[in-house]
Amino acid sequence: MAALLSVRDLHVYLGESHILQGIDFDVAEGGVTALLGRNGVGKTTTLRALMGLVDRRGRIELAGDDVTSTATHKIVRRGVGYVPEDRDVFAGLTVDENLRLAERDAEPQYGLVYDLFPELKERGKQLAGTLSGGQQQMVAIARALLNRNRVLLVDEPTKGLAPLLVAEVARVLERISELTTVLLVEQNLGVVQRVARDAIVLDTGRVVHIGPAPELLADTAMVHRMLGVG
Amino acid sequence: MSTFVLLTVTGIGLGALYFLIASGLSLIYGLMGVLNFAHGAFLTVGAYAMWFTESKLGGTSIYVRFFLGSLVGLVVGAVFAALVELVLIRPLYRRHIEQVLVTVGLGLATTALIVSIWGNDARPVAAPPWLGRTTTLAGAHIPNDRFVLIVAALVVLIGLNAFLRRTRYGLIIRAGVENRAMVTALGIDVRRAFTLVFAIGGMCAALAGVLSNVYFSTVDPQRGTSLLIFAFIVVVIGGLGSLRGTAIAAVVVGLVQQYANYYASSGLGDLSVVLLLGLVLLARPGGLSRSFT
Repeated sequence: MAALLSVRDLHVYLGESHILQGIDFDVAEGGVTALLGRNGVGKTTTLRALMGLVDRRGRIELAGDDVTSTATHKIVRRGVGYVPEDRDVFAGLTVDENLRLAERDAEPQYGLVYDLFPELKERGKQLAGTLSGGQQQMVAIARALLNRNRVLLVDEPTKGLAPLLVAEVARVLERISELTTVLLVEQNLGVVQRVARDAIVLDTGRVVHIGPAPELLADTAMVHRMLGVG
Repeated sequence: MSTFVLLTVTGIGLGALYFLIASGLSLIYGLMGVLNFAHGAFLTVGAYAMWFTESKLGGTSIYVRFFLGSLVGLVVGAVFAALVELVLIRPLYRRHIEQVLVTVGLGLATTALIVSIWGNDARPVAAPPWLGRTTTLAGAHIPNDRFVLIVAALVVLIGLNAFLRRTRYGLIIRAGVENRAMVTALGIDVRRAFTLVFAIGGMCAALAGVLSNVYFSTVDPQRGTSLLIFAFIVVVIGGLGSLRGTAIAAVVVGLVQQYANYYASSGLGDLSVVLLLGLVLLARPGGLSRSFT
């Protein structure tokens, strides 16, 4: 399968720390690729580097085009959606305003968004800062879904959510994966098992495993060794 | 009673002048994190552009001269501010120390340039006669320019609020004040908003410059620098990045200054404002905006 996103020798320094130490991986078109690893190994930094939100060195290609030195807003306009860790909704704006701000396409997909998250329609006039964590997560995902993206970078969408909401987010991710390619950072292996086709494992800023997600998750010893769980 | 009314309206008028300067300062800091010490230069340049245009239109009606002069002052202030953002601030994005140094330098250089061209002395500025007259309110004879200042500040406050609430750029600016990186992660070129905010801030400062020409009946090279100090105090008291907090703080500072100068001792107004700043910082380090926005 052709790589939609290709990362070669990617390095990121944050202050004195060498967070990403030359990582290489490809994300195939369609489906969910999970980016896994213990806390602090560089998963979030990888997504932020792909988005151009941190200084990076190496080569990042999107559908064959080099976007390594492309500004963040231009990367997004090439069809990259981003759902950040901790949601980052604009607390002082209403739900409607949060969504309106994210509009890029001439015809934003409000039908899809309200189909997935009917609650957002009812809460349109409510300030995003007054929403629960789960509702804020809906806003964060909805912002990315409004436009027809080629790839979505989704960072820990179930973090801090109640089990019922985790299942709901997993259902949404399944639906999204039918529409576009997803690179997912996720700690909840149940969610990964449910949605991911491929898995990339990071450890201390390096890629230590690439392969089908079901194979990795079926190997308890490998999961324990690489992810520290199981 | 009439003295109290006169002091109050004059205090609010002075607060209106501070608000016009501080509103742009607050927006610029809120969105970009830039402490713009060159903001006073926008005021001075606008004030001088107004005076210069007026002086070159001798022979025409004072109303025409005043209107055209004011218009040129506003445009020059806005263009100057936009150029400062594009040429000096943008290359120093995220380098806050360098930004402070360059804006301090620009403020000093602008004043020096104006002194070298037109000298250090204050120059008289002509204004329509009505502005120099008074209106009687509750027994107090209040100079009309105070009302003009208050109305101008109200128009700017309402206009800026409408711009921030009802336009897409306003939405971008409000979001950018909260989380600039996330705005860019939605595919928005936030740098355009930076330039726009500088231009708006420059225009508001230039309006303050034009109206200060009326208030003081003169223009001088130090005008921007002297008013900028109070504008910074207003912004800190109001809460950096909060327009509503800035408006409230501006009125409070103007009133405190007037009351202290009259009821305590002449000259104590400035000291009172500094004491007020200290009290607010001790009690509420984030400024008043926390309680109002």
